[in-house]
Amino acid sequence: MATVLVLVEHEGGAPKKVTYQMLGKARELGDVAAVFVGEDGLDAATGELGRHGAATVYAASGAGWSEASTLPVVEALAAAAERAEPAAILVASTPSGKDVAARLGARKGWGVLADVVDLDADLVATQSVFGGATTVRSRVRTGTPVLTVKPNAFPVPEPAGGSPEVVDLGLRREPGRADVRVIERVTSEQGGRPDVAEAEIIVSGGRGLQDPANFALVEALADTLGAAVGASRAAVDAGWYPHQHQVGQTGKTVSPQLYVAVGISGAIQHRAGMQTSKTIVAINKDGDAPIFSIADFGVVGDLFKVVPRLTEEIAKRKG
Amino acid sequence: MKILVTVKRVPDTAAEKRLDPEDKTLDRESVETIMNPVDEYAVEEALRLKETAGGEVVVLCMGPTSALPVVRKALSMGPDAAVHVHDDALHGSDAFNTATVLAAAIRTVEPDLVLLGSESTDARTSLVPSALAEFLGWPALTNAKKLEVDGTTVRVHRETETGYDVVEADGPAVVSVVKGINEPRYPSFKGIMAAKSRPVTDLTLSDLGIDPSEVGAAGATTEVVEFAPRPPKQAGQKVQDPGDGSAATQLVEFLAGNKFI
Repeated sequence: MATVLVLVEHEGGAPKKVTYQMLGKARELGDVAAVFVGEDGLDAATGELGRHGAATVYAASGAGWSEASTLPVVEALAAAAERAEPAAILVASTPSGKDVAARLGARKGWGVLADVVDLDADLVATQSVFGGATTVRSRVRTGTPVLTVKPNAFPVPEPAGGSPEVVDLGLRREPGRADVRVIERVTSEQGGRPDVAEAEIIVSGGRGLQDPANFALVEALADTLGAAVGASRAAVDAGWYPHQHQVGQTGKTVSPQLYVAVGISGAIQHRAGMQTSKTIVAINKDGDAPIFSIADFGVVGDLFKVVPRLTEEIAKRKG
Repeated sequence: MKILVTVKRVPDTAAEKRLDPEDKTLDRESVETIMNPVDEYAVEEALRLKETAGGEVVVLCMGPTSALPVVRKALSMGPDAAVHVHDDALHGSDAFNTATVLAAAIRTVEPDLVLLGSESTDARTSLVPSALAEFLGWPALTNAKKLEVDGTTVRVHRETETGYDVVEADGPAVVSVVKGINEPRYPSFKGIMAAKSRPVTDLTLSDLGIDPSEVGAAGATTEVVEFAPRPPKQAGQKVQDPGDGSAATQLVEFLAGNKFI
């Protein structure tokens, strides 16, 4: 059976959910080998990777192997691919994952398909393009297929694995001309909320909030739902909320289980970033707002009345 | 300092984008097209660097002759010159073909810094900046929300999913910028008039020494097997709040019924 390589997306040895989603998909396709690159955390990660189906963990660990630096990850992934001769390589469709996939593909002459949401046994990948308006099935023509996988595209199956074999790739590296030095990693204050790109529930605010201070209403609702906070382009352009949170064609494309649009009219550029969400809820005072044409449940009303009451009732129910 | 900034022609943000059933590439001819929005931030950042450090800003565009208005639009913001690579054989190029061509064109300009937008609103793969850096053998500092150049050191705040990383490298380097790194200027009337007389160098694949079979549909490393429009989502239930926010109760029932709470 062919091997599928999965690049472990992690922070300090704690694999992110997208890693388990990729391992789950890889189990359907063949033997699973994970590639771990990180200065520390290998031991902690290994057990979890095994539980989620990795039979082998290729490792480049220790000083100089930061998961935050593209080139060390590219070198380790290329070395693992040389050993495993995989049928495909799965990388998370995150900003850093795309950088790795791009450099790896360019270096080896391998085709890369970005933002994959499904994958067949014959490695034909499904992508949702133009903001979800079109579904495309594509394949790689040259070399080992490198696929960047959208977070939440696949479920995390029940853990079923055992103890993986850890293979140290035995790599040495000297910093070179193209290396990037990581000086500092800054985690911004998100109030402990999940990240927009990975969240299962997102509550987004738009121009209807009228004032940046009113994002507090959106944040409070998000917190009762365990949700991430998103923002429309209008809200971001007005400086009300940081760009990282922008959902839409010039922001992030998201596909959560539940998307709650608060005071967002739903211009095409916003819908392009969220219309593949499984369930959509809209709260807006304009009953003709385009967001209602794709909402599973719409409330036409004053958000300043509806949202606080919604937050309160959800909190009450959750006890 | 010589700064090169890339721009791309894309369908207007409000336009319905579709693939051509014949060759499965994006139909850019039947819709309104604009400069890729985040490229405006890259052009602005290049101009600001020139204003503080001196030097020259060169625009680079790969796209058919119909992309010339986008080149002029970029020039109207203030850059000194442009390079426009167009060749029929480029039609159907993927991200790596594009990066190959950009790298070859960049070698003719020999800039100290290359700026790109972090992604285009059409393909949205974000693969080109890092692939370009790989072909050039340069460092890539991607998704910059802040950029500083100090001598040959290029330092950026790279937007991450949870905050940002402060990263630096030695130039020449490739930097991709995100929206919000600055506030792009509007072209002035004077700028628009001046742009008409700025030099635009036209280059073809043979000028760049690239074999047409390496790029375009012939050289693409990936291919579309099939595509279909996604059925539009249908509207569900819509309730009118009486004015006191009590519709929230119905919404809570809906959320509970769907197991969200």
